[in-house]
Amino acid sequence: MRVELQVNDRTSEVDVEPRCTLLDCLRENLGLEGTHAGCEHGVCGACTILVDGEPARSCLMLAVQADGHELTTIEGLSPGPGELSVLQDAFCETHGLQCGYCTPGMILAAHALLARTPQPTRADIVEAISGNLCRCTGYGQIVEAIALAAERLRSANLKIGET
Amino acid sequence: MKPVAFDYVRPTSISEACVLLAGDDGARVIAGGQTLIPLLAMRLARPTRLVDIARIADLAFIRDEGEGVRIGAVTRQSVAERNRIVATKLPLLAKALPWVGHQATRHRGTVGGSIANGDPAGEIPLVAVTLQATITAQDATGSTELAAGEFYLGPMISALPEGAIVTHIRFPVWQQGRTGAGFHEVSARRSDFAFVASAAQVALDADGVCTALSVGIGGAGDTPVRLGAVSETLVGSRLEETEVQEAVVAASANVETVDDLHASAAYRKRVAATLACRAILEARDEAAGAPHAR
Repeated sequence: MRVELQVNDRTSEVDVEPRCTLLDCLRENLGLEGTHAGCEHGVCGACTILVDGEPARSCLMLAVQADGHELTTIEGLSPGPGELSVLQDAFCETHGLQCGYCTPGMILAAHALLARTPQPTRADIVEAISGNLCRCTGYGQIVEAIALAAERLRSANLKIGET
Repeated sequence: MKPVAFDYVRPTSISEACVLLAGDDGARVIAGGQTLIPLLAMRLARPTRLVDIARIADLAFIRDEGEGVRIGAVTRQSVAERNRIVATKLPLLAKALPWVGHQATRHRGTVGGSIANGDPAGEIPLVAVTLQATITAQDATGSTELAAGEFYLGPMISALPEGAIVTHIRFPVWQQGRTGAGFHEVSARRSDFAFVASAAQVALDADGVCTALSVGIGGAGDTPVRLGAVSETLVGSRLEETEVQEAVVAASANVETVDDLHASAAYRKRVAATLACRAILEARDEAAGAPHAR
């Protein structure tokens, strides 16, 4: 089936089987391998992307269900080639990642949180990433990274996604 | 690609969807897909065709009808969670929705999908059974109404007729001004499947006497159950902790609970009574603090 997908502000047409998940389509048809395949049945959150600005698991969607939605992957958060967003930078600074496998999903979940809640409490942050598993960090530094990014955006008077 | 090969169709109306389902025994409905897609990935479900109802406009609404609130089947769980009508008219559903899956699954998962799926640990089926909601389904021959209390027959087995689609759920709205809700759950990690969950809604009169009470238990057995006997015992009382405890323990004695890797049947029974008690007391306290008139 031919499907028109809008990913990171770019429209692409792909030809996929109906059984192809959005995750596989992003990685294999569009080459966006920043979206990670973890458990592939909706448990780990590694494949989290944004669908119309809200976090969703791309392994729990079929590519054929995704037309007409605005999709954002980790590749879409960078403000320019080789640059990191404020949130991505905060993850580096607080050492919010070790192996990095869960990081794209964590960052997209956190991005959606900060878009909706610019001044999150610790409980808000924990809730926002509660669907994303990390087996390295113990989460402490991830929570710290998100709080740091929120603080930086606030003091620079920026909304998330603005530069 | 892990699932078996299937066709995908996206009808634009309920009747068109019903015709498609009636014409193919292997066809299955997909809405949010948050349960179905894992089943496809594990090949536990092997449909010949998926009928995607998620974009049928007639199935996405939340309507305040005074005596009840009608929620269209494909209303996203996150939409219901942020809806003002739900927040003000259905305090118990509002309290339960944040417990459904995770944020990322609630953005895709639908209210009707959760109802039709009938997971024993599902929060939305538990609320529907507790509040005695009515589930409306439609197939190629017409529409039927089913009481939530009679809808669930077993784990993920319901009275939904073959080839039918859940179109909407009607949750009764309690008219008493002083109404409160309570919801408690025990699971391995926050938002994992509940070992046991309990939901309660309570109404109090101006003197703090209980005028209406509904309490239900989910996750403990094969289907969510409403403890009707607790309502009979406690309406007219002031819901003191000891009388709530006695009523709940007595009413849950005959509730069938299941044994599995995670928890024994005896543990589930004990926790069910404790959570039901907490849910009622939380609902009581919320009702006591609620404004007298809506």
